[in-house]
Amino acid sequence: MIPAPFDYEVAESVEHAVELLGSREDAKVLAGGHSLIPLLRLRFTRPALLVDIGRIDELRYVRDAGDKLAIGGMTRHHNVQHDPLVQEHCPVLSYAAGLIGDPQVRHRGTIGGSLAHADPAADFPAVLTALEAEVVIRGPEGERTVPVGEFVTGVFDTVLRPQDVLTEIRVPKLGPTGWSYLKFTRRAQDWATVGVTAIVRRSNGTVDSAAIALTNMAPKPVRAKAAEQALTTPNDIEAAAEASLEGTDPPSDTQGSADYRRHLARVLVRRALGEAISS
Amino acid sequence: MLALSFSLCRKELAVGQVSITVNGAEHILELEPRELLVYVLRERLGLTGTNVGCDTSSCGACTVLLDGESVKSCTLLGVQVDGHEITTIEGLATNGTMHPVQEAFHEQHGLQCGYCTPGFIMAAVSLLDETPNPSEEEIRHALEGNLCRCTGYQNIVRAVQAAAGVEV
Amino acid sequence: MATITELEVGRVVGAPLDRKEDAALLTGQAKFVDDMSLPGMVWMAVVRSPYAHARIAMVNVDGALAHRGVIAAFSGDELADEWQASLPCAWLPTEDTAQPNHRPLAVDEARYVGDGVAVVIAESRSEARDAAELVQIDYDPLPTVIDAEKALEDGSPLVHEEFGTNRCYTWNLATGEVDEEFAKADVTVKERYRQQRLIPNAIEPRGVIVQPFPATGELTMWSSTQVPHIARVTLSMVTGVPEAKLRVVAPAVGGGFGSKLNVYAEEALALVLARRLGRPIKWIEQRSEGYQSTTHGRDQIQEIELAATSEGKIRAVRAKLTVNFGAYLQLVTAGTPLLGAWLYSGAYDVAAYDFECTGVFTNTTPTDAYRGAGRPEATYAIERAVDALARKLGKDPLEIRRLNFLREFPATIASGLTVDSGDYDAHLDAALEILDHDDIRRQQSERRERGDTKQVGIGFSTYLEMCGLAPSRVLGAIRYGAGGWDAATIRFLPTGTVQVLIGTSPHGQSHVTTFSQIVAERLGIPYDDVEVLHGDTAVAPLGMDTYGSRSLTVGGVAAYHAAERIIDKARKIAAHQLEVGEDELEYENGTFSGNGNSLTTKELALQAWTAHNLPDGMEPGLEASFVYDPPNFSWPSGTHIAVVEVDTETGDVDLIRYVAVDDVGSVINPRVVEGQIHGGVAQGIAQALWEEAVYDEDGNLVTGSMMNYMVPSAAELPSYELGRTETPSPTNPLGVKGVGETGTIASTAAVMNAVVDALVPFGVTDLDMPATPERVWRALEEART
Repeated sequence: MIPAPFDYEVAESVEHAVELLGSREDAKVLAGGHSLIPLLRLRFTRPALLVDIGRIDELRYVRDAGDKLAIGGMTRHHNVQHDPLVQEHCPVLSYAAGLIGDPQVRHRGTIGGSLAHADPAADFPAVLTALEAEVVIRGPEGERTVPVGEFVTGVFDTVLRPQDVLTEIRVPKLGPTGWSYLKFTRRAQDWATVGVTAIVRRSNGTVDSAAIALTNMAPKPVRAKAAEQALTTPNDIEAAAEASLEGTDPPSDTQGSADYRRHLARVLVRRALGEAISS
Repeated sequence: MLALSFSLCRKELAVGQVSITVNGAEHILELEPRELLVYVLRERLGLTGTNVGCDTSSCGACTVLLDGESVKSCTLLGVQVDGHEITTIEGLATNGTMHPVQEAFHEQHGLQCGYCTPGFIMAAVSLLDETPNPSEEEIRHALEGNLCRCTGYQNIVRAVQAAAGVEV
Repeated sequence: MATITELEVGRVVGAPLDRKEDAALLTGQAKFVDDMSLPGMVWMAVVRSPYAHARIAMVNVDGALAHRGVIAAFSGDELADEWQASLPCAWLPTEDTAQPNHRPLAVDEARYVGDGVAVVIAESRSEARDAAELVQIDYDPLPTVIDAEKALEDGSPLVHEEFGTNRCYTWNLATGEVDEEFAKADVTVKERYRQQRLIPNAIEPRGVIVQPFPATGELTMWSSTQVPHIARVTLSMVTGVPEAKLRVVAPAVGGGFGSKLNVYAEEALALVLARRLGRPIKWIEQRSEGYQSTTHGRDQIQEIELAATSEGKIRAVRAKLTVNFGAYLQLVTAGTPLLGAWLYSGAYDVAAYDFECTGVFTNTTPTDAYRGAGRPEATYAIERAVDALARKLGKDPLEIRRLNFLREFPATIASGLTVDSGDYDAHLDAALEILDHDDIRRQQSERRERGDTKQVGIGFSTYLEMCGLAPSRVLGAIRYGAGGWDAATIRFLPTGTVQVLIGTSPHGQSHVTTFSQIVAERLGIPYDDVEVLHGDTAVAPLGMDTYGSRSLTVGGVAAYHAAERIIDKARKIAAHQLEVGEDELEYENGTFSGNGNSLTTKELALQAWTAHNLPDGMEPGLEASFVYDPPNFSWPSGTHIAVVEVDTETGDVDLIRYVAVDDVGSVINPRVVEGQIHGGVAQGIAQALWEEAVYDEDGNLVTGSMMNYMVPSAAELPSYELGRTETPSPTNPLGVKGVGETGTIASTAAVMNAVVDALVPFGVTDLDMPATPERVWRALEEART
C-alpha cells in the first residue's frame, strides 16, 4: 500500500516537463496517476523521479480544430464524457469515456495518461484507433504527430521516449455515421474482457466505409481491417464478424481464455455492427 | 502557484511543503512525495473517517471530494493536491446537523458495519451534485466503484434515492 | 399461524427502530483499529513466503535491521521459544484428527504462499514495509499440491511430512437403512458439485494493536476480530500471558463473515513482540496481503445421491465431501463441514441418511468458516439434487419439494436432530405470489419457442438451516473445544438508565439496537435509556462472541433472561415497599402496581442503590446476569427464487429478479432483519455468479487482489423482493431463530438452479460455480457437440 520512495517535481509547462524528464535516469510522467499510482503502491514500478504534469492547465481542453477535435492530453475522462463538442462530433468517444472504471476514476484519470499507459484492456486506445486519431508528442527535439495505430507498440509500450510528453489527441469529426462501442466486462468497474468499436458510414443500403477496432484482443488495439473490407452491405455483418479475428492474439486470464475471447469478439462485432448500422 | 521540488538528499527521504484545505481549514504540511492522500488525511490530520479497504483502487472506501468531485484518496499523492480543497466525511455535517445523504443512510438502514459507508456517502454526494435526480439505474452505476459486503446495496440505493427526494 | 410470544405485546420489540450504531459510523467518528494510535507505537510488517512449499534454508534480517527506523526483526526460528502452544484449533472432529503445529512464523518450512517467515518492527508504517523487503531468505522449493482430491492420491507431495498423508480426518454420520433404500429405490440420482474457494472480503482489512504495561505484565490488545473472548483464552495459551493480565478489545469492526472468527498469527506476534520490546505495536493488513493470510471459505467437492420413489418421494440421501483445508488448521477449519453435516436432507422428510467428510491438507491458505459455514454447501447440494431428481422424473421441481416437505413439528430429521417449528408451504406460497410464477413461466416458454438469444431460467431454493450453534452438550459430543452458551449482564444505574453488557461481539449486526429493544421492552424503560456495551473483555468478560447466527438466539435470549431476573428482584423491593405480597403485584411496561400504589423499575433502581429500605438480607443494587445455554438449535427456513436471463451467445447471466420469503421466527427489528437478508443474499449470489479464488499449479493465488477477485457492486446486483412468514421458535422465550446467514445459505442454490433451468433445453444440466460467461458458453458448446 505504500510506494517505495521517489522524488517528485512539478512541471510548470510542457517544456519544463521535458527538461525535468531529462534530468534523471528513470524519471516518469505523472498525469492523473490512475494507472501509475496503483503500480507504485504495489511496488511493481519504482521510478526515481515523478514529473507531475497535472498542474499544466493548458493541457486540459477540448477545441474545435476544423475537421478535427483537439483534446488536451490532461483532459479527464469525466470531461471527455460530458464535453459538448465530443458529444456532438465524436459521440462514441464520449460514450466510451463513461464506461471507464468508475466515477472516481473518471474524475481523475486522463485521456493522455490512458493512452500513454497502453494497457491492452483500456478503452480509449482501441476507440481512438477506430477513430483514426493522432497523438501529438512533445520531446527534446520538438513536436511530432503519430497516428494512434502506430503509437501503441505493445503491452504497456508506446513510441514515447523517456523525455516525451503526450500533449494532445486529434480526433477526426465523425459527421453522419452510425457507431457502437460494446464493452464486455464481468463487473461495471472492470477493464474490458473484450471491447468492440464500430463506426459505419452508409448510404442507400450500402456501407460506404466501416472502422472496427478491438480492445484486449492482442497486446495492442486491433484494427479489424479484414472485417471492415468484408462489410459492403448491411447483409455482410456475419461475414464481417467471422473476419474480425484476423490479426488478433488475445490473452488468457481470469476474465476469460483466449478461445472465449475469440468467440466473444465475433459475437460483439456482429452486435456492434448491427447497432452501428441501425443507429 | 507554489513550485514543488522534492529530492532525495543522500539517505534522507525527500520532503516538501504543501498547502491543502481540508473541510474548510488550510493545512501546511511537510510531506514525503510517496504519501498517499488517504494517509495524509488519516495520519497527518487525524481525519480517520476516510477508510482504506484495498490496495488496488477497487473498493472506494477512501472516497473523498477533491474540489467537489469524488476521488479515491488512495490513488492520489498528497503532493498532487497542493493548493486544492478536500472534503471528507468529517466535513459533511454542518453545526452538528447531518448532511441529507448521511441522514438518508440512517433512515434507510443503508449501513451495517459502516466501514465502507463514508466512501459511499462521498460518492453519493458527488453523484447528486452532478445528477440531482438520478434513476435507480444511474445510482447503481454511479456506485460501481464502491464495494460493500454487508448491505447487498439495496438500502444504499434507497438511501441515495431518498436523499434525491424520491419516495422510497 | 404465528403464536404470540411473550414479547410481542410491547411497542419496542418488533418495531423498525433507527439504529443506535449509525451516528458514529456516518460521521467518521467510529474507531476501527487502524483509526487508533498510541504514544510510542511502532509498526509491524510480516515477510511472507512467495513459495507455496519450500524449505527455509536461511533467514537473515541484518539488512532490515540496518534500515532507517527499524527497531527489531526476527525469523521464525528466533521467536520459536515464545510459543507455549500451536495457534489454536478449537475443533478436532475425530480422535485421530491430524493437527499440525501451527506456529505464528514458519520455521524450517513454508507451506503456502503468504505463510509468515519473518517479522520487522519499525517506527512507521512505511519504514516497516521498506525494511521487510530487505530481509534475505533462501528457499529450497518443494513439490506442491493445491487440489484436495489430488492431495489424497498415492504419491502426492505431502504438506506435513510427519503425518505421512494429507488426510486430516474422515468423519461420518449415518442413520436408517441407507443401502437398503438405495437398493429398492425406483429412481436414484447421483450428482457431483464443486464449492469453489471464496475469499470473504470484509471491507475492513484485519488489524491489531497491542499495548504492553511492562510494570505489571498486563497487555491490552485491540483487534479487528469477531471473537475477543475466544482470542483472549486461546492467545493466553499460545503466548503464556496469564489470562487475567490480557485484555482483548474488539472496537468498531468492519465486517467479518467468518474471516475474523479466528485467532491469527499476527495477533500472537504483536502480543509477544509488544511484551518483548515494551512498546505498543500495530499491524494493519494490506488487502492483497490479506488475500493470502486471512482464511478463505468453502472449497469442497460434494457428491450427493438421492434414492426416491417414482412419485418423487425421497427415501435416502448420501453425501460425501472432500474438503480442502489448506496448509493448517485455523480456529474452526476442521469443524466447518460438520456445521452442514446434518442438513444434506434439506427441508425434506427422509428416512435414511449417510454423510461423510474428509478434510485434506494442501499448499494453500487455510480455509475456515465463511458466512453460513457448512449450511450453504449442504443447501446447495440438496437443492440442486432435488432439481436433478425432478428432471429425471419429468416433474415440476416444486411438486417434488412439496411432496417431501417436513410438515409435523417438532420434526426429527434424517440426521437425528429436532426441528423446532416451521410451515414450509406458507413461505413457498408467499414467494410464488410475489414472483407471479405463472407469468414468469409463460415468458419462459415464449422465449423458448421463439428461440431467443436470451433465455429465462427460474430457480428455487426451499431451505432449512440451523442456528444457535449450539447446545453445549452437542458441541461437546462433536468434539468442539468450547461451549455454546452466552452471557448478559444488566445493570440499572442510580439515575435509571441501564447498561447491558453482552458476550456477543457485533461487527455490523446491530446488536446495540436489537438488544436495546429487548431490554427496553422488558424493563419498561425508554429505548434511548439503554446502553449496550460489548467487545471488551474488561467490560464484559464472559462471552462466546459472534458467528453462526448465534447472537440473538443465544446472547439475545441471555439478555431477556437477565431482564427477567432484574424484574424478579425489583418485584421483591416493590412488594416490600408497597407492603403487598409479591404475587399481588401487577407488572406492566416497567410499573409494579398493587394495593393502589405503584413503583416503576426506574424508581426501584434508585431504591436499590440507596439501599435505605430493602427487604432483610437483600443485596443492594439492581443488577443481574444470566448465562444462557440453548436447549436446541433454532431452525430458520424459507423459499428463495431467482430469475435469470442467460445470453446464450456470450454466456452472460443477468439476474433479473430475486424473491426471498424467510421464516426467521419472531422478529425484534424488521428493518435490521431485512438488511441481514439483503446482505446475505448478495453474498450467496456472488458465489453463484462471480466469486472464485483461483490458484495456479505452483500455488500462486491468481485472483490476488480486488481487481480480479470479483466482489460484485451495486451495478451488478438487483433489488431483492422480500416477504416474511413467522413460526416462532418454541425453544426460546423470544421466539427467534437467527437471520445472519439465511440469505447466503439460500441464494446460491436458487441462482444456480435458475441458470441450469434456462439451459436445460440446450441439454446443459451440469454446471459449476461461478457461472461465469465463459463457463456457461463452454457448457453450451459441449452440449451442442
